[in-house]
Amino acid sequence: MSIRTVAAAAAAAVLLAGCAGTSAPSAGPSSSAAPTQSTRLTVVTHDSFALEKATRAQFAAETGYDVTYIAPGDVGTVVNQLVLTKDAPIGDVVYGIDNTFAGRAISAGVLSPYASSALPTGADAYAADAAHSLTPIDYGDVCLNADTAWFAAHHLAVPQTFDDLVKPEYSGLLVVENPASSSPGMAFLAATVAAKGDQGYLDYWTALKANKVLVVKGWTEAYTVEFSGSTGKGDRPLVVSYSSSPAYEHATQALTQTCFRQVEYAGVIAGAQNEVGARKFVDFLLSKQVQAQIPEQMYMDPIDPAIKLPADWEKYAAVVDAPLSLPVAQLSANRDTWIKAWTAAVVG
Amino acid sequence: MDGGGRRVTRAPFAPGRSVRSRSAGGERSDRERGRGGRDVRGATGTFAHRGAVWAAVAVVPVAFLAVFFAWPVGALVAKGFVDETGFSLTGVSEVLAAQRTWRIVGQTLAQAVAGTAGSVLLGLPGAYLLYRCTFPGRRLLRAVVAVPFVLPTVVVGVAFKSLLIPSGPLGFLGLDASFPAIVAALVFFNYSVVVRTVGGLWSRLDPRTAEAARSLGATRARVWWTVTLPALAPAIAAAASLVFLFCATAFGTVLILGGSSWGTIETEIWYQTTQLLDLPAAAALSILQLVVVAACLLVADATRARQERALRLVGGTREQRLRASDAPAILVTGVVVVGLLLAPMANLVWRSLQTASGVGLGNYANLSGEASGTIAVSVWQATANSLVTAAAATLIALGLGSMVSYLLSRRPASRAGRGVLRFADGAFMLPLGTSAVTVGFGFLITLNRPPLDLRSSWLLIPIAQAVVALPLVVRNLLPTLRAIDPRLQQAAATLGAGPGRVLATIDVPLAWRAFGLATGFAFATSLGEFGATSFLARPDRPTLPVVIFQLIGRPGAENAGTAMAAAVVLAVLTAAVMAVAEWVAPVEVRPW
Repeated sequence: MSIRTVAAAAAAAVLLAGCAGTSAPSAGPSSSAAPTQSTRLTVVTHDSFALEKATRAQFAAETGYDVTYIAPGDVGTVVNQLVLTKDAPIGDVVYGIDNTFAGRAISAGVLSPYASSALPTGADAYAADAAHSLTPIDYGDVCLNADTAWFAAHHLAVPQTFDDLVKPEYSGLLVVENPASSSPGMAFLAATVAAKGDQGYLDYWTALKANKVLVVKGWTEAYTVEFSGSTGKGDRPLVVSYSSSPAYEHATQALTQTCFRQVEYAGVIAGAQNEVGARKFVDFLLSKQVQAQIPEQMYMDPIDPAIKLPADWEKYAAVVDAPLSLPVAQLSANRDTWIKAWTAAVVG
Repeated sequence: MDGGGRRVTRAPFAPGRSVRSRSAGGERSDRERGRGGRDVRGATGTFAHRGAVWAAVAVVPVAFLAVFFAWPVGALVAKGFVDETGFSLTGVSEVLAAQRTWRIVGQTLAQAVAGTAGSVLLGLPGAYLLYRCTFPGRRLLRAVVAVPFVLPTVVVGVAFKSLLIPSGPLGFLGLDASFPAIVAALVFFNYSVVVRTVGGLWSRLDPRTAEAARSLGATRARVWWTVTLPALAPAIAAAASLVFLFCATAFGTVLILGGSSWGTIETEIWYQTTQLLDLPAAAALSILQLVVVAACLLVADATRARQERALRLVGGTREQRLRASDAPAILVTGVVVVGLLLAPMANLVWRSLQTASGVGLGNYANLSGEASGTIAVSVWQATANSLVTAAAATLIALGLGSMVSYLLSRRPASRAGRGVLRFADGAFMLPLGTSAVTVGFGFLITLNRPPLDLRSSWLLIPIAQAVVALPLVVRNLLPTLRAIDPRLQQAAATLGAGPGRVLATIDVPLAWRAFGLATGFAFATSLGEFGATSFLARPDRPTLPVVIFQLIGRPGAENAGTAMAAAVVLAVLTAAVMAVAEWVAPVEVRPW
């Protein structure tokens, strides 16, 4: 389904470019042609992007570029806008494409491969493809979080595994985000696929539904309204959030056996007006300075293992040794199918 | 110049019309007087000259709407009809054949109809109290009532939801994730639209008609039913159609408060476009949305056309002190204001005062800091961005809205002319009933290349907001402009005033108050607009709603608290803007 529609959109985009009589810049790997340059650089990001003002100013000063940042929405919105505007790209470089959307962006040909020499050793384990279409910048583990105080008060053991969650004693305690409208929600759905298999995950969700799982729109509603361990003091002591969340709510705990690793990438946009600048920006995101502020600014783990984490993270954030994961190709090929099947099974 | 000629040519037409009116209905009613008068105006003058003037006034807003609305939306929908093989109806027809699609259409209609009915029924007593009666604190109450209209849905969602969850203060109602919760939130947002739109006209109704009916022995109920309600009908229809469009395109409200099983056309378009990029499905849904919206506008137009006539409008407002018989209106409005409007707002304020170290103003202190590092700009900087953007959007919307309203308030003699105006009336409402996603993505694929490459232009944001605010301006100005008794204009013309002078001395002063309200609405709309803005957002100069959205999506009590504090700032700002708009003093033009 998604492959067909992406192809259709791409075909439509080409057709439209033809009609408009514009000379679309050649997309795809520009191996032979010299990279384009300009004094302007447009950076496209998802709406959770944040860096210290001074750092951004420093990048602009050092490169001499007039840098514009645009943030059109969540990661899905960003990728789909790139696909739609392939013939007249909205920017030069993109940050924030995650491993559930990477496959769509790559197969739609909206990225121009770039192998950054700034990529720290060990980080290439996160590569989205062999061609370096995308450069990993940070990652985060989406895990179940438990309100430990609530469990202590109710003399109930904190659940540890997926199988625990469907036990009757944990009935009505879990709130999750809808994977159709939330990226942690999608990551948690992927975690159940990774844990229970392509055949078994729906049965597992049926059991969760029988155990009164609550589905809400997004992270904000789940964590700050329904979750008992945060500001909203809600009714549910189990929530889908991040392994780092306990750094901000010390009386909570991440369940490390339920974690799914989300990786966020940056990439040079195919047909960029300023490929040189786009590559510099990718290197900039990998610099020690930016990597060091990723935890506090974007609540993700830096891809560079040498970076020291903030004290609260060291103290409270869960260390996830063996996160669940799925190959990028499998994620993007099945994403929409999983969500549709999930919607039919859980939401109805 | 040709003013004299016009006066002369008027003569042969006017008596004919009035004779026919009289013969049809015996005593000439207000309605016939209005209609007849307008027809006369339209039929007079050197036709070509008038036509040229009208065309000149029409061309600007029409061009604006064509470039910044019709073209982007059309281009995106058109993509849904193209697949690998070229033109194809497969994708679209698949969606139309799916049962799920029709369930979604049904849910959209159900929540929009319920939200509209609730807003109108609860809003009418409010309009009466706040605009027809006088009591201490009325001005403040008027401003407070307007606040929900611009609050970001994500914040309101949190404020509502934490009241309604089982352990919340209103949890005993069992309304969490239910249809009534959605409807309550829709009324919360749209109550002020009804109160203001209807109140604006009500405050200026000449009370003597009703008083005459009373003195002839009619009961209060009968006076309301036969005199007041028909007079208010155009404003009620205008308000209802606005509210219906807002409800039909509600997005966050439905997703956050309705729970996961509630889908509407709007949420489905968002999902198909931003998450799946299934353009045929999105196109099919956009067309369905267009059909629903057009049907709503047709109903509203029919109501309006049946009821609209020249009214005795008074320049100054006619107000009365509260009487014992106003008790039901006071009761209903009190319950709505306290229970529905103030409770979530109070919850918002309360949450904004929660800090890690107890209740305090810490979150407000954080508003000025980027030091915490959570946002690119301070909330005050974002507030400044919002104000500048809103000012630009308001200017655009008011300029275009005045032209549109002036045009639409005319009544050409020819049937075709009237048809064109009715069509245009509906067309200018469409942006409100169209998905922000469709508009946002449409902007992206059409305004991103020469001749109009606005990809990186800041102006795109106020333009997008003006597209949304324009229908509100028109709906606020039009009922008043249409209700101006044409005899005033005719008399002025008879006394030698040219069209410009008639406009300046009759139409503008009488519409001045509505103009003030329209300004307030336009400004507030663009202050609170998030849908289209979010697609064009710039992290380096975000507006206030964008910052609030970013803050509330981050972990940590400090971020959530700062978001709530910023929302309170937005609320206060809105109340201030609306209060200023209310100050616009009506100028006395005495009808006879």
